[in-house]
Amino acid sequence: MATAEKQKSDVVLKYLRPKKKFPSVWCPGCGNGIVMGAFLRAIDKLGYDKDNVAVVSGIGCSSRLPIYLDFHTLHTTHGRALPFATGVKFARPGMKVIVITGDGDALAIGGNHFIHACRRNIDITAILINNYIYGMTGGQGSPTTPSAAISTTTPYGNAEKHFDPCDLAIGAGASFVARATVYHTPQMERLIGEALEHRGFSLVEVISNCHTYFGRLNRQGDPVAMIKAFKDNAVAKARAEKMTAEELKGKFVIGGLYRSDKTEFCDEYQKVVDAHLVK
Amino acid sequence: MAEKQKRLLQGNGACVQGALYAGMRFFAGYPITPSTEVAEGSARELPRIGGRFIQMEDELASMAAVIGASVAGMKSMTATSGPGYSLMQENIGYAYITETPCVVVNVQRGGPSTGLPTKVSQSDTMQARYGPHGDYTAIAVAPSTVADTFSETVRAFNLSERFRTPVTVLLDEVIAHSREIITIPEKGEIELIERVKATVPPEKFVPFEMTPNKVSPMAAYGEGYRFHVTGLTHDPMGFSTNEAKEIGPKLNKLRDKIMNYTAEIEKLRIEMMDEAEIAFVSYGSVSRASLQAASLARSAGIKVGCVQFCTVWPFPDDTLKEVLSGCRKVIVGELNMGQIVHEIRRILPDDVEVHSVLRYDGEIITPMQLLEKLEEVL
Repeated sequence: MATAEKQKSDVVLKYLRPKKKFPSVWCPGCGNGIVMGAFLRAIDKLGYDKDNVAVVSGIGCSSRLPIYLDFHTLHTTHGRALPFATGVKFARPGMKVIVITGDGDALAIGGNHFIHACRRNIDITAILINNYIYGMTGGQGSPTTPSAAISTTTPYGNAEKHFDPCDLAIGAGASFVARATVYHTPQMERLIGEALEHRGFSLVEVISNCHTYFGRLNRQGDPVAMIKAFKDNAVAKARAEKMTAEELKGKFVIGGLYRSDKTEFCDEYQKVVDAHLVK
Repeated sequence: MAEKQKRLLQGNGACVQGALYAGMRFFAGYPITPSTEVAEGSARELPRIGGRFIQMEDELASMAAVIGASVAGMKSMTATSGPGYSLMQENIGYAYITETPCVVVNVQRGGPSTGLPTKVSQSDTMQARYGPHGDYTAIAVAPSTVADTFSETVRAFNLSERFRTPVTVLLDEVIAHSREIITIPEKGEIELIERVKATVPPEKFVPFEMTPNKVSPMAAYGEGYRFHVTGLTHDPMGFSTNEAKEIGPKLNKLRDKIMNYTAEIEKLRIEMMDEAEIAFVSYGSVSRASLQAASLARSAGIKVGCVQFCTVWPFPDDTLKEVLSGCRKVIVGELNMGQIVHEIRRILPDDVEVHSVLRYDGEIITPMQLLEKLEEVL
């Protein structure tokens, strides 16, 4: 192994649970592992104390990610990771709280919690791994499944429209919103780092491959072909601003998409406590 | 007791005061009649003592936040009513399997569905036992006065901390909205139980350890113990398992940690049972009518007594059998189509007559109704 790669894997190993049995539940070639690596390298760069990090998730392939990590980890019910994380964060505002979620978990069953976590602007970082499909249950359509795409519950093509998670988060009040892909890993690592350091609700959507279901059903090839397509279709924000709607068709914008410095929920509540505390 | 400790409170207000007395520092909830005053009181009081109140987007989220806060080390509570209680079942189940202490107040109103938002009911009695899917053992307590609501809320926190489990306070609309004068106990007057904390070095910590009493010491997030919590059936380390040899013991743990210690949980209020041949059995607001009916019957020379469940679940099989051993007839009053009566029928010998007084039209059971039934069965 080349030295640089070895150093990278050493960083990751530092944060994996010593007693958790591998292999992981993920299919070979799954993007979830790439996100996990980027996340851990971002944490390492920031030098966070493991005891001060809680990683919360719901149900689905991506939600299995925290299980392997040597932090405080809470694997909860389908769609509810954000309200569980809200409880942890509000009880311990000094703790770094991260939610790992998927497109079905965050945007379908957890859609209401997602918009309200954004609205509250509570200091939680959500990493939403978007693979356009329900992987764990075997390839059903999700709120990000594109129109006309095939899934096991849209066998003749999806008649529905899809959510853009970043637009949804910005509209609902999140104060840091970014998009990355599992191809652009250095950028993903940087964006996750920025999200973690941002005080307020931050979303990093990571576009990832489910070749087992989405790729197979929609004839998008193996993991390499799918990840190469992310490279080809991703457009940096600065470049996208100069492109027409017609030129942007079938593409998606990556990078930091939105940031504001609005006040954060736990901080605001602390002001209430400070003003009304009976001494 | 100092005069200043006396307070005129609604049941819902007494519930808040009891929770604060017990050490509640976190409340998450969603407005719903007739429980809303519990949230309002918590919103007012918690910041004043450095605690936290949050109004969540729904009851699913409220229950989730309560569990998250408890895992982070805070004594936590939510309050709701029928429709909200139904929504909370998902994460109450999560609290059972993850053995997370927390208190859930259900101010019962008529159902099913939206039902009767402002009318009394006891139709969630079975839901408090069997609400979430799966196998587990539930604890539920039920106050019948405003003063009771204070002390039963304290007891609910104590039981939840002692057994690492969610505990339901089965209030009903009548108690929740009645105003009575209660005496708030001094600090220390009621013993408070705290969860057993982990003391081993972090590398030796087993979060769901099979201890002799089946309750595992707990660590909070941020205290140097890093561990995993999951709603999947898990091994003692907290990691999911599909092994039969690990699944059975985990589910037995959820049952045995409670059922082996029912003496600590059971609570019956027994009145006028000396030489009683007939007993009124009830819980919650119905017990008030039972008590009056029994005392009227006694003054007429009929040997009637009164048994009230303060703990509804687990059902006190053996104790109740003993208490009712001298009775040939039992009259069960409840504000539903017949729920707890089946438990009473189950435990009593076949030659004991079990009669029901049921009401589910949103009105209370009156002492006269119970006396009419008494006259009928005499």
